[in-house]
Amino acid sequence: MRLTLTEEQEMLRKTARDFLTDKCSKKFVGQMEEAETGYSRELWQEMADLGWMGLAFPGKYDGGDMSFLDLAVLLEEMGRACLPGPFFSTVVLGGLSILDIGSEEQKQEYLPKVIRGEKIFTLALAEPGYRNYDASSVTVEATRKDGNYIINGTKLFVPDAHIADYLLCVARTKPRKGTTIFLADAKNPRIECTVLKTIAGDKLCEVVFDQLLVPSADILGRLNQGWSAVQTIIQRAALGKCCEVIGNIQRVLEMTVDYAKDRKQFDRPIGSFQVIQHYCADMATDVDSARFVTYQAAWMLNEGLPCAKEVAVAKAWISEASQRVFALAHQIHGAIGVTVEHDLHYYTRRAKAAELAFGDADFYREVVASEMGL
Amino acid sequence: MDFGFTEEQGKFRQEVRDFLEEEIKKGYWEPACDAWVQGFDQGFTKRVADRGWIGLTWPKEYGGQGRNHLDRLILTEEMLRYGAPAACHWFGDRQVGGAILSFGSEELKKEFLSRIVKGEAYFGLGMSEPGTGSDLASLQTRAIEDGDYYVINGQKTWTSCASFSQYFDVYARTDPEAPRHRGISEFIVDARSPGVSRIPMIDITGTEAWNDVFFDNVRVHKRYLVGEKNRGFYQVLHQLDYERSGMERLMGNYPLFDAIIQFAKDKKLSKEPEVRSRLVQLQIEFEVGRLLIYRVASVMEEGRAPNWESAMSKAYCTEFEKHLAGVAMEVLGPYGQLKSGSKYVPLRGMALHSYLGSKGYSLQAGTTEVLKNILATRGLGLPSS
Ligand SMILES: Cc1cc2nc3c(=O)[nH]c(=O)nc-3n(C[C@H](O)[C@H](O)[C@H](O)COP(=O)(O)OP(=O)(O)OC[C@H]3O[C@@H](n4cnc5c(N)ncnc54)[C@H](O)[C@@H]3O)c2cc1C
Repeated sequence: MRLTLTEEQEMLRKTARDFLTDKCSKKFVGQMEEAETGYSRELWQEMADLGWMGLAFPGKYDGGDMSFLDLAVLLEEMGRACLPGPFFSTVVLGGLSILDIGSEEQKQEYLPKVIRGEKIFTLALAEPGYRNYDASSVTVEATRKDGNYIINGTKLFVPDAHIADYLLCVARTKPRKGTTIFLADAKNPRIECTVLKTIAGDKLCEVVFDQLLVPSADILGRLNQGWSAVQTIIQRAALGKCCEVIGNIQRVLEMTVDYAKDRKQFDRPIGSFQVIQHYCADMATDVDSARFVTYQAAWMLNEGLPCAKEVAVAKAWISEASQRVFALAHQIHGAIGVTVEHDLHYYTRRAKAAELAFGDADFYREVVASEMGL
Repeated sequence: MDFGFTEEQGKFRQEVRDFLEEEIKKGYWEPACDAWVQGFDQGFTKRVADRGWIGLTWPKEYGGQGRNHLDRLILTEEMLRYGAPAACHWFGDRQVGGAILSFGSEELKKEFLSRIVKGEAYFGLGMSEPGTGSDLASLQTRAIEDGDYYVINGQKTWTSCASFSQYFDVYARTDPEAPRHRGISEFIVDARSPGVSRIPMIDITGTEAWNDVFFDNVRVHKRYLVGEKNRGFYQVLHQLDYERSGMERLMGNYPLFDAIIQFAKDKKLSKEPEVRSRLVQLQIEFEVGRLLIYRVASVMEEGRAPNWESAMSKAYCTEFEKHLAGVAMEVLGPYGQLKSGSKYVPLRGMALHSYLGSKGYSLQAGTTEVLKNILATRGLGLPSS
């Protein structure tokens, strides 16, 4: 047991922090929220050149041969910077899923594209229904026809679909019942994409498949048996979101403590008032505990250990811990914290989005219940 | 980061479990809540000592095993999981031995460490006084030099385990003229010394939890001064960091945690949404708390003394313990009010015991408010109020 980062990870963290401090100002974040694409191609390429996209992939595909735990460190820094763009979609949802279940041929073809930053990938999983993230909620259909599949239906909250080159589409296959993941060309005119207006200003889309033809060769993983792969994808995505949130709330804690030391009322720093001190202590406890539960689950995932319960504990805990952190951060900042002039809102909005992504606290509490055998 | 235990650590955990299960099978004791501080069983302490499990982390030259803090974490975690009666040796093992090791003279180390390790010296903690709770530096017990001796006068209160203690770790004022933090010293006082008297105090659960301990012209030889004269306040801060650091802050009522989940399953209550969500919340909080304590152990393993880290874990974990007791009472409904020994009492009365007893968890070893002060000022660097 060792609950600190390795030297290598510390270096990665520092490089990432320096780079993002330089390139990803809040002004830039704000601009990207307004921009149609939501990201900067130039920054994207620089990140690829730094080896970030390839970090967690094997060397034989041009990857950096590092682990999911290393990627976790990077995601945390991205959360800290509120980095806009399709990194999460391309790497966590797209690339790592292909690495999990793709055929060798598919890996050879797609992974280098991910790693070099040439193509953008995303995952089309959730749908307009209100119960997501279990197998029965998938209604988008893929019907077999002449050795190919025809996909019909609507996916919702698909991140970055508007700029994606490839979509991993989770569909219900017919005639034999089952779930299958297809790798579709996102630029096909039979796919229509509408960007939604969201709390975080990220680019979540509605994606409508209208008779989209996908060759059988573009099935990812096993026909009809895709759900267990999807579960792994959801687990990893939920954890990835937890990492982003940690970066997010760690920064908010620091901002808030600094503010409490600085801001004077009644001739003294507000941070000398005990109520404010205890609020900060509570925030620190939530931030540290969020980090440990997440890294524990990430470590288990990385080691290939069963971790359904730990992932669930992490996501359930963080979803609530981050709400508490933000409630206190706003309270301590006073009115300035609810203006757009101050940076706090970037974090507040993103943390809420992350809380809702890939299963919320209620969803994961139920997972914990079943893991407890209740 | 690495959240795994080595194969050796895994084996050690198993060894501890096997030992404890065997003990239970032989009927030596029953798992109980709060047994780490209320289960006095000299035979058990002796058997634990025979295995070398007291003073596990201390150097071999003083009878310890030179093992690391994670091993001790594993050991205590299992002791608590099984609700083992470890009260005779807990304080000596957890903090007094460590204080002697850090600050004591060679002579003191020789005299006490090997006896603690053999399970032959039980300690009580003489910090609090009637007028002195959170503000420990305000203590009034006096120790006046007289030749080779100090003469101690005053009163300690809330002294846990005092009826069984053979020694007290006593803090007394040695320099009333100095600023209050710089005039306190630490002594080991033999409980049989002439002038020491004790009056038991009953806690809200009906247990004899503490004593008032009176010192009336108690003569203590100078060799029982721990560390430097007038440095006692700084030494006690160090000791408190350890006092707060351990698994007993999370798992003191583990037998209840286990039992209430099993009860809910057996009675099919766990399918009811309210019960279900309460138990899940407990489980989540428990897992979080365990990691906060693991962090403290890993700080110690790095060779640092834990400070705000154990303030954080203790403040958090005692809330879990209170929450656990509260949920258990809710799940049991009207049966929760029944005392152990009563007709119809569920779970041997553990829920009621914890419910009442847990009111003290966020007070002992530093109140939650004081711990948050520490975390805010020392951990986060906020200006003191
Ligand atoms: C079960 C149990 C076992 C114990 N065992 C021992 C033992 O073995 N040996 C021993 O010496 N003592 C022992 N104690 C005593 C314990 O250390 C004290 O209860 C504790 O230090 C608090 O002191 P107090 O009870 O006098 O409360 P007070 O210090 O009077 O506090 C009362 C309230 O005021 C708050 N308060 C005080 N100061 C501040 C501050 N600066 N900022 C904000 N709030 C503040 C407290 O948080 C609390 O809410 C034990 C207590 C309990 C409950």
